[in-house]
Amino acid sequence: MIIFKDVNKLFSNKKKALDDINFTIEDGEFVFLVGPSGAGKTTILRLIFREILPTSGSIIVSDIEVNKIKKNQIPFLRRRIGYIFQDFKILPERTVSENVSIALEILGAKKDEIEIKVADILETVGLKGKENYFPAQLSLGEQQRVAIGRAVIGNTDIILADEPTGNLDPKTSWDILRLLVKINKAGKTIVMATHNLDIVTSMKKRVIHIENGKVVKSSLDKLY
Amino acid sequence: MQTQSPSVIQRLRRTPYQSLAAILTMTLTFLVASTFFVIAAYSSSILSYFETRPQIVAYFTDKKDENQIKELEAKLKETGKVSSVRYISKEEALSIYKEDNKNDPLLLEMVTADILPASLEVQTTQPEYLPEINQMLQKEPEIEEVKYQQDIVDILLAWTNSIRRVGIVTVLLFSINALIVLVTIIGMKIALSRNEIDILTLIGATGWYVKKPFIKQGLVYSLTGALISWIITSLALLYISPALSGFLRYIHTLSFISYKGMEISVYPVSYGFIGAILVVNLFIGFAVGLIGSLVALKRFLK
Repeated sequence: MIIFKDVNKLFSNKKKALDDINFTIEDGEFVFLVGPSGAGKTTILRLIFREILPTSGSIIVSDIEVNKIKKNQIPFLRRRIGYIFQDFKILPERTVSENVSIALEILGAKKDEIEIKVADILETVGLKGKENYFPAQLSLGEQQRVAIGRAVIGNTDIILADEPTGNLDPKTSWDILRLLVKINKAGKTIVMATHNLDIVTSMKKRVIHIENGKVVKSSLDKLY
Repeated sequence: MQTQSPSVIQRLRRTPYQSLAAILTMTLTFLVASTFFVIAAYSSSILSYFETRPQIVAYFTDKKDENQIKELEAKLKETGKVSSVRYISKEEALSIYKEDNKNDPLLLEMVTADILPASLEVQTTQPEYLPEINQMLQKEPEIEEVKYQQDIVDILLAWTNSIRRVGIVTVLLFSINALIVLVTIIGMKIALSRNEIDILTLIGATGWYVKKPFIKQGLVYSLTGALISWIITSLALLYISPALSGFLRYIHTLSFISYKGMEISVYPVSYGFIGAILVVNLFIGFAVGLIGSLVALKRFLK
């Protein structure tokens, strides 16, 4: 469960990025964060991920008040949250399987376990047979699948996706969406920031609409 | 399918020139450290050897009989300033001579007990008493020669202290140089891995997980340097060992460490001493590698 309670965020340039944000996302939900560029979507994701701290208010993720945890506890929070970035953030000098296995290596998983899980997840994300490819040998859609594989392979309960289709063509975007739905059906909570309204309206999932740092609409009836 | 992050060796092989520069600098540093360690060990052992020898030896003419010498011995003991006095008869002098020159039959020929002088070997309780005892012996009749070793000990002590001082300063300077090189190279590696570090941090890697590969690389550089320098030093020591036997011909053994029946000698060169050089190298190697990596991480990994 993710709870935002009276959250405000003021950046050092005095720009108010978030203004009194309140919402709750239940376990296993698929939620879109929508709004124009600069609305505050990424700021919300970064707050959940404890990349930044709120100016005031409280953020609870899986019963952890993330704005109050110590710095050395941040890695353990992040191990429960998979983050899919618009620019993928995969390592160019490592193969597909090496990129995906990092998430398990940091957990201290054994080699045998890593091999089994990596093979399994690469099949799920549709990269079977490309285990030893380097990112430069893959299409953008395939690179995003590597990032998704890395985000879901560990003990993650929540997946945060920041414009995961932003750099992709429509067909590949739908492929990625279908993959995220599949992951959501497997029980993981998905919070996806996007400004692609076609996707949002077609998917019929819950939507939180942000504008100028405020929640202007939160559709709980899964119709937007 | 490789599912593991690159090993330390794979990381080092990806930057061969940096690795070579680091290992060569480390090797040079440890070679200097090993050389000074060996010189310091030899000078200390030689000093200890002379310190444990009789500090004054008085040689008598044949006119001084054994009773007179025994009287002198008693007189010396009465001063209360003498810790031990040992009478060496002509016969004992011959057996010592034979032992010292057992490998040289030419020197053993024609030498009999008659031509060797009887002597008294004296050790004082305090080094300050040496001049007084020396003068007392010099005044005795029928003394052929008095050998007074305090001069040798003083000279050796001065040399040993100088070697230690120069050694410590030189090793410190080389260690600082090695540290700077290590910090620079590990710092470059951190800068090159910035993207990887950022991603690892974002997906939940702990600080230790991120730092571990850099610490391992620093340790591999310095421990490799330490091992190479140990091999070079040991081979050089074994190579010059025959030359030392000519230089130290009257000394049977130079002990480096002697504890509860266990003895490590620097001469003849023992495996224990070669092992001690390895331990010193690995200790300094570990310290330089660890400190260098940690400083680089502190400096470049904010």
